[in-house]
Amino acid sequence: MGRITLEKVTKRFGDVEVIPPLDLTIEDGEFVVFVGPSGCGKSTLLRLIAGLEDVSGGEIRIDGTAATSLPPAKRRLAMVFQSYALYPHMSVRKNIAFPLRMAKMDQAEQARRVEDAARVLNLTDYLDRRPGQLSGGQRQRVAIGRAIVREPAAFLFDEPLSNLDAALRVGMRLEISELHKRLQTTMIYVTHDQVEAMTMADKIVVLQAGKIEQTGSPLELYRNPQNKFVAGFIGSPKMNFLTGDVAQAMDAHTIGIRPEHLSLSTDTGMWKGVVGVSEHLGSDTFVHVDVEGQSEHLTVRANGELDLKYKQTVYLTPMEAHIHRFDGDDLRIA
Amino acid sequence: MARAVTTQRKTINTAVAWAIGLLIFFPILWIIILSFKAEGDAIKTPIEVLSSAWTLENYGVVQERSDYAKHFMNSVIFAFGSTLLGLAIAIPAAWSMAFVPSKRTKDILLWMLSTKMLPAVGVLYPIYLLFIKLGWLDSRIGMVIVLMLINLPIIVWMLYTYFREIPGEILEAARMDGASLREEILFVLTPMAIPGIASTVLLNVILAWNEAFWTLNLTAASAAPLTAFIASYSSPEGLFYAKLSAASTMAIAPILIMGWFSQKQLVRGLTFGAVK
Repeated sequence: MGRITLEKVTKRFGDVEVIPPLDLTIEDGEFVVFVGPSGCGKSTLLRLIAGLEDVSGGEIRIDGTAATSLPPAKRRLAMVFQSYALYPHMSVRKNIAFPLRMAKMDQAEQARRVEDAARVLNLTDYLDRRPGQLSGGQRQRVAIGRAIVREPAAFLFDEPLSNLDAALRVGMRLEISELHKRLQTTMIYVTHDQVEAMTMADKIVVLQAGKIEQTGSPLELYRNPQNKFVAGFIGSPKMNFLTGDVAQAMDAHTIGIRPEHLSLSTDTGMWKGVVGVSEHLGSDTFVHVDVEGQSEHLTVRANGELDLKYKQTVYLTPMEAHIHRFDGDDLRIA
Repeated sequence: MARAVTTQRKTINTAVAWAIGLLIFFPILWIIILSFKAEGDAIKTPIEVLSSAWTLENYGVVQERSDYAKHFMNSVIFAFGSTLLGLAIAIPAAWSMAFVPSKRTKDILLWMLSTKMLPAVGVLYPIYLLFIKLGWLDSRIGMVIVLMLINLPIIVWMLYTYFREIPGEILEAARMDGASLREEILFVLTPMAIPGIASTVLLNVILAWNEAFWTLNLTAASAAPLTAFIASYSSPEGLFYAKLSAASTMAIAPILIMGWFSQKQLVRGLTFGAVK
């Protein structure tokens, strides 16, 4: 079981309040992703849950029991660090067995669990190597192995993929998702990469300046962002925002429309603009269009085969149902 | 980028380095030479000394007159005892300074180092009185504690420097893995810091071995180490250059040999943190 609740959890470093009082419930078996720009407090929040930082106020409960003042070792949580944090002087086998050894588990059971974890993570051939002799992806797997052997109440991941190259990152992302499907254990995953958040999460928690901006499933956040920050943060390429007369005509201070919800035509449409840069991805083309009266260019997701010339005049039309309206305080207008 | 150095320049540099090395080593070399000369020959001019006959007699006399083995054992106990006791205190201290520093950590470190600048004789009187009260004069336990306290600032400083090179995340991982503070230090931090701890042990064994001020003032017979053993040959009753030299050679030989074999480790220890 791994239900984690935070009640009015606060964190101050000296006079600086990095996390204002915050409430959050993470259900058993959920894959929760904390996402936000760097410095938003997502790693601090994870470290508070882990017990690596002391809370300045509030209560943390794990499966109903008060964990606020428990040391990390007593919280039944396992953590995978960004730097992997493997023990360089121990073999892979000893690294994975370390938490079991600390729990004074008997040797035979330790060996069995290490073998099991190694098989699941394709590490069987590397058990007698030192971490220094492994590639980045293998090290990451050892770190995960070390986390899964103790069958914790929840896994905490602190930007575990950011040290890997792009191709490996996609592979590991999938492996972690599969691991979650198989183990059905609560996972809390911190990342600044909204693509990782969207692809892996059951529930995304968007943070900014230590505050939860919105909590919900990936598609909920995508469809109904509660404010302009979430709207701009979730989705790739990011949402286009228009202000001025165009927005006022729709009774809003700002309107937002995603690149995939704009249609592009060379002869007729709602907004007239000129083509800037076109990015060809093969499957799609991202066209950047300068629209009259807007200070920022709009991005349009168009057909991959589309061939437009630089400075060519085009017309954009938003899909009515997908227009997001925000007021002067950047909050969503229902 | 490596600088280009001509062969001629290299030869000169090597020659200068050897000259300086020999100059520093010369007194030790001279002591070793004198220890193999007869007492009468040892006070002659250098040329005569070198041309006179070699003998082992001094070593026999020294061995006869005093119990070398006892002094040697005392030196070993002081050197290793004070270093190990120092480590037991310094490892936790350096851990806290390196991984949970407070606003005052830097000040404490500097203050500790500043005690090394204090002339030892300044605290001789209070320590002597304390030793009388505690009944520690001429005792092994007293010397181990005094030598440990003298070198503790250096041990803490060295370990602190090594520990700071160890990523804190690894210790946090150990904490998450269920290690207690003791287990974290014992199973993770210490093995990772072994090279640093080895250099620290080496340097402090040498410092404690060579310590003379405290050993001469606080020991007499039963707890006298090799430094006191050497000093006993510089008596006012006469000149015993050759015997003094033999005693000195016997006293410095163990540490000299140990230092020779561990040069690499020592140099690494002393330059650690300076070059990255």
